[in-house]
Amino acid sequence: MSRSLAGWRIALVALAVVLFAWLVLAPWPQGFEAVFGRKKVFLNAVLNGITLGGLYFLVASGFTLIFGLMRNVNLAHGSLYLVGGYVAYETVEATGSWLLSFVAAFLVTAFLGLLLQWFIFRRMEGQDLRQTLVTIGISIVAADVMLWLWGGGFYQIAAPAALGGATQLPLISSVKSNGDTVWLTYPIVRLVIFAASVVLGVAMWLVLNRTRLGMMVRAGVDDRDMLSAIAVRVPILFMLVFAFGAGLAGVAGVVGGTFQSLAPGEDSRFLLVSLIVVIVGGMGSIPGAALGALIIGLAEQLGSVYAPTYAVALTFLIMVAVLAFRPQGLMGRA
Amino acid sequence: MMRTSVSAAVLLASLLASGSAMAETIKLGFLATLEGPLTALGEDGKRGFDIALKQLGNKMAGKDVEVVYASSDATPDSALRAARKLVEQDGVDILIGPLSGDEGIALKEYSKSHPDKTFVNGVASAMEATVVDPSPNFFRFNEDAAQWMAGVGEYVYKEKGYRRIATLAEDYSFPYTQVYGIVMGFCRSGGEVVDRQWVPLGTKDFSSVIANLPDDVDAIFVGLGGADAVNFLTQYQQAGGDAKLIGGTILVDQTVLSSKGEAKQALIGTPTGGPQADDWNDPKWQEWVKLYQDSYPAEARFPTPSLSATAYYVNVMAVNQALEAVGGDLSDGQAKFREALAKVEVAAPNGKITLDENRQAIGSTFITEVVEGPEGNLINKMVSVVHGVRQGGGMSIDKLKEIGMPSRDTPECKTEY
Repeated sequence: MSRSLAGWRIALVALAVVLFAWLVLAPWPQGFEAVFGRKKVFLNAVLNGITLGGLYFLVASGFTLIFGLMRNVNLAHGSLYLVGGYVAYETVEATGSWLLSFVAAFLVTAFLGLLLQWFIFRRMEGQDLRQTLVTIGISIVAADVMLWLWGGGFYQIAAPAALGGATQLPLISSVKSNGDTVWLTYPIVRLVIFAASVVLGVAMWLVLNRTRLGMMVRAGVDDRDMLSAIAVRVPILFMLVFAFGAGLAGVAGVVGGTFQSLAPGEDSRFLLVSLIVVIVGGMGSIPGAALGALIIGLAEQLGSVYAPTYAVALTFLIMVAVLAFRPQGLMGRA
Repeated sequence: MMRTSVSAAVLLASLLASGSAMAETIKLGFLATLEGPLTALGEDGKRGFDIALKQLGNKMAGKDVEVVYASSDATPDSALRAARKLVEQDGVDILIGPLSGDEGIALKEYSKSHPDKTFVNGVASAMEATVVDPSPNFFRFNEDAAQWMAGVGEYVYKEKGYRRIATLAEDYSFPYTQVYGIVMGFCRSGGEVVDRQWVPLGTKDFSSVIANLPDDVDAIFVGLGGADAVNFLTQYQQAGGDAKLIGGTILVDQTVLSSKGEAKQALIGTPTGGPQADDWNDPKWQEWVKLYQDSYPAEARFPTPSLSATAYYVNVMAVNQALEAVGGDLSDGQAKFREALAKVEVAAPNGKITLDENRQAIGSTFITEVVEGPEGNLINKMVSVVHGVRQGGGMSIDKLKEIGMPSRDTPECKTEY
């Protein structure tokens, strides 16, 4: 009984994969295009969803890392994102180097993370409600300070010229009436950023699962007291992880400021995104954050093309569905 | 007993004294979007408002002016909340605001529940606010968004030779009204609007929307504003987009033209219509630009005032003119003041403004094109101006109602309406 059920499942998944591969790779027949719109639109929406997922993953992975290890609910995570973006903008203005701006943003937000952990979270360990309220307060103050420093205008971080413009992908966009194949063109900067977030995600997973440091972190998640009993300095470990998670938010700010823009209000938007991604993916799980980010990114982009009015509601519907059927998140531990 | 009645009398007297002192000040409420996607417009509106008050020495009709500021985020409920606080809690006499289309419609309705206060619209410009059940104490000294687009459809048809266009705009009343304006003009000329796309206000990632833009059209009308406009332009450039654009009024306003980064370069050559042209040589306009520039250091303002700075400046000036006319008399539920306000003729920096019978502005519309200005910044260069533009462009209010209020697919694309 259960074997045949599993067989069915595998068959269904395989069918979905083949169907998706066909949608992406094959040129669409005429009648199909008439019903579902142009293939170019579909391909772009899928790719955009995946690359947007990359950005969401960067923000949410820091959030989930901090939560997973320390059970700290850091609702100032969005503020760190925005600070990182602004710092990167200033760095690019001053030095002209986009890559350097990643370093600057990471260092500044990591340092702010250290301060947060040292002055705030260390003092209220395990008190969720107090942490929540204090970090909401901090995010409000931070939003006003940033409004004071940078104003309400829109900032756009300039990507290097080499990353500007679009490139051709080996994906068929359409076939012209004379038989010529039109290949899909796609912005280079989004591809680069997506590749970078994949590399970072894999690296984080490897560090967590294959190194001594990762072992200590995982041990800290499971039993903090036992870990300190075997002579690991847990407070320092916590500070490092917090700084790293905060730094990731800053790096995400650079990415977001490059392919979108920075403005007041972005902080709360990205806090909301990280919350949704983490709820869908499962609190504290890095693969969960990746899966959640991918789902939310795809939902937003496909929604914006095929159901623009309901695009916003779609992400919340997904969240509600996950909460209803799998409250611990798709990859979360019960 | 004696003591208590004496102290009660003293208390009463002091209350009366403070009451009469209150009558000597005029309490103004300011409301604009100081948060959310239209923050840049709200901030510049505040600059225009403050400049006007400073110019008046913080006095109107010899009385001191006290200001209470409030902020909304372009959603009608946030505007309503802020207006309630200003009117019911702070007790302002006159409220100047809000900034965004849907907010304007909400406050028009709200103003009916406080008939003894006066509401002067900030720069919200959905058509509906002064057409459908207009409120007797709601005044609008800016043209609606379709008035801003008057002549643009004809211009791009004749001068640019566009025959087929598509539109992309945010999904609420202000962009509806802008699209209404351009569709009317363009279709009357004989052009065809093949596709209308709507995205939620506050959309950040436009890349899929961009891929979905039709490529068999001569130009695309983009009715986005604030952060949405900047995000769209950035991603449009990254995607290698090169279609001709027609700008919505706030797509090519100084709020976007002065944004940091390269995105705005895509706008050079973009035609639009609106209530002002950055390089108009009229002395009153030049004077206003100079006043604006002198009032704030260069890094704390735009190179030239945005339309929301101009609108809020004009609003304060209009209120002041009416108050002067009645000697600052706000008694009798402000009846005299409102009567004067409806008749005010404002010699505004962007052309003379008067009100029609629905208390809606009759003003000037400028057709402009984006060019690189003398200091390397982008400006809206004047192409032409028409004065005395009325709401509905000469159509009666009944006719406007027959066509229907601007919406996702109103008006249809026809040569006759």
